[in-house]
Amino acid sequence: MSTFRRLAEKYRLGSTLTLLFLAIIWLIPTIGLLITSLREKTEAQTSGWWVIFTNFAEQNWTTIAYKEMFTSGKLGTSFISSLAVTIPATILPLLFAAYAAYGFTFMRFKGREVYFSIIIGLLVVPLQAALVPVLKMFISFTEKTGIPISGQYAAAWIVHATFAMPLAIYILRNYMSTIPVPLIEAARVDGAENFTIFWRLVFPMSIPALASFAIFQFLWVWNDYLIAFVFVGNEHPVLTYTLLSMLGQHSEGWQTVAAGSFISLSVPLFVFFSLQRYFVRGLTAGAVK
Amino acid sequence: MKDLIGAVEAIVIGILATMFLYWLGNKIVRSLPRKIKSALEAYVFIGPVLLIIGGFLVWPVIQSIRLSFMEEDLTGATSWVGLQNFRDLFAEDYFWTMIINNILWIAIVPIVTVICGLAMAQFANNVGTKREKIFKSIFFMPMTISFVSAAVIWRYIYAYAPDGQEQVGLLNALWTLVGGTPQAWLQLQQFKINDLLLMVIFVWLNAGFSMVLLSAAIKSVPEDTLEAGRVDGASTRQIFFKIILPQIWPTALAVFITTLIGAMKIFDIVLAMTGGNYNTTVLAQTFFLEYFSYGNTGKAMAAVVLLMAAITPVMIYQIRHYRKMEAAR
Repeated sequence: MSTFRRLAEKYRLGSTLTLLFLAIIWLIPTIGLLITSLREKTEAQTSGWWVIFTNFAEQNWTTIAYKEMFTSGKLGTSFISSLAVTIPATILPLLFAAYAAYGFTFMRFKGREVYFSIIIGLLVVPLQAALVPVLKMFISFTEKTGIPISGQYAAAWIVHATFAMPLAIYILRNYMSTIPVPLIEAARVDGAENFTIFWRLVFPMSIPALASFAIFQFLWVWNDYLIAFVFVGNEHPVLTYTLLSMLGQHSEGWQTVAAGSFISLSVPLFVFFSLQRYFVRGLTAGAVK
Repeated sequence: MKDLIGAVEAIVIGILATMFLYWLGNKIVRSLPRKIKSALEAYVFIGPVLLIIGGFLVWPVIQSIRLSFMEEDLTGATSWVGLQNFRDLFAEDYFWTMIINNILWIAIVPIVTVICGLAMAQFANNVGTKREKIFKSIFFMPMTISFVSAAVIWRYIYAYAPDGQEQVGLLNALWTLVGGTPQAWLQLQQFKINDLLLMVIFVWLNAGFSMVLLSAAIKSVPEDTLEAGRVDGASTRQIFFKIILPQIWPTALAVFITTLIGAMKIFDIVLAMTGGNYNTTVLAQTFFLEYFSYGNTGKAMAAVVLLMAAITPVMIYQIRHYRKMEAAR
């Protein structure tokens, strides 16, 4: 008994088993999805995915659901649309936010605290609160100038960029305020302008914070449904849009929807596993400080 | 492909344009007399952002509030109706269900998320680096999943087939295994079971976030305070509740607030799982339905205003908290 206890202690058996139990609960939903996406249609409709544990070899494993998704053309174009929305909506707000964060961190001006308090307040404003007037604004702009915005990627870029701005400024400012002020002062004494200090000194030093925010924003935009639905909609259906409409129809069977969501999952999962460190750092910078 | 090239073009043009904008602003300010220069220079840096946020965020929010007191006819013309939109909203059959649902989300979800994250962080903290890393990745992974994909995953788990047929939904399979009759879970309104099942999805998605922050906090608890506890003969439980917990309290609070805001704004899960049917509707879902399905701008805006009113106390708390932190800096 005592040896067992010692071994259990040594290998942290109690904690490990508890974690294992939680991990199984946390993993099962996604694993079920993956297995289902690789099953044959009638099998997926008539038996649960867990039967593979008893008759693994008898299953008709197939990747047909994935092929269907791409050959039917639906998901292929959605994948491109998602990228076309996400990449600019990730990169563009960063530049603006970095400048502003520099201003808020290293420059003294009237109303600085007030402006920044407003930005903090805007962090929690729900998306829905601004959606309709922005949509109306785009429509009336199109009526006056003839330049289409709503339904174009640009609409989603503008809205995503705007809504990302408060958090981006907040995270970047938190990071920049860890840069020693004497360093900036020394550059000023040497006659450097703010513009130069920003580009030569602060921007390169802020790369870790910029990277973690970029990852965050990428995932947020990639996974967003609401903005894509309202501002891009049917014209360039993104993955979430296509998936949700497929989920409503149901007729094609679980395995196709499962394959579809796994395709849409794969990008964030890849980003997450390759850049996990930055991701976690970004989270801690955004919320704790 | 064309779309992607367009996206790349937009990035390049966007970056060049912003750089030019800032460069030009800087140039202009630099040519001004010294006194005006120092007053204006900051606005070269923060001005564009203030314009963007003002134009596409603050101004639209004010417009939304204004629209909640207006009626919009088919031509888009608006007229003042006072509180009529709010009265209409209050008179809806779903109104009290919606408010109760929102309150349930706020009351249950944040606290459960914090406790889950706390348990994960604390247990993962004493199993050694290697295992800790693996477990943390597993718990954290759902954070990268979209609400829509999560809905696909969980609709499959909650799937229902009539009694006697093979159950492909995991929950019904387990339920029948212990002798229950299959249930259409998402339609089950007794004890708000369907609502609670939606909340499970939120916790599943967000517990990892809670874990990461709390874990960082636990790791920053000074070792000598733990050592002092051990020397005094405190049990593992006592060390956790009496020494660790008080020290990570500010982080737990921050996680709580963040999740609270998420739970208040909850929309996507409800939309993708039930569409607000079977008495699961919430404020943000009502906005979506009233505006995009029924075209009731006024009522939709009234729902948004109620949502903002609910969030305002949290917003004030956040600003105050920030000010306090700034003062302590």
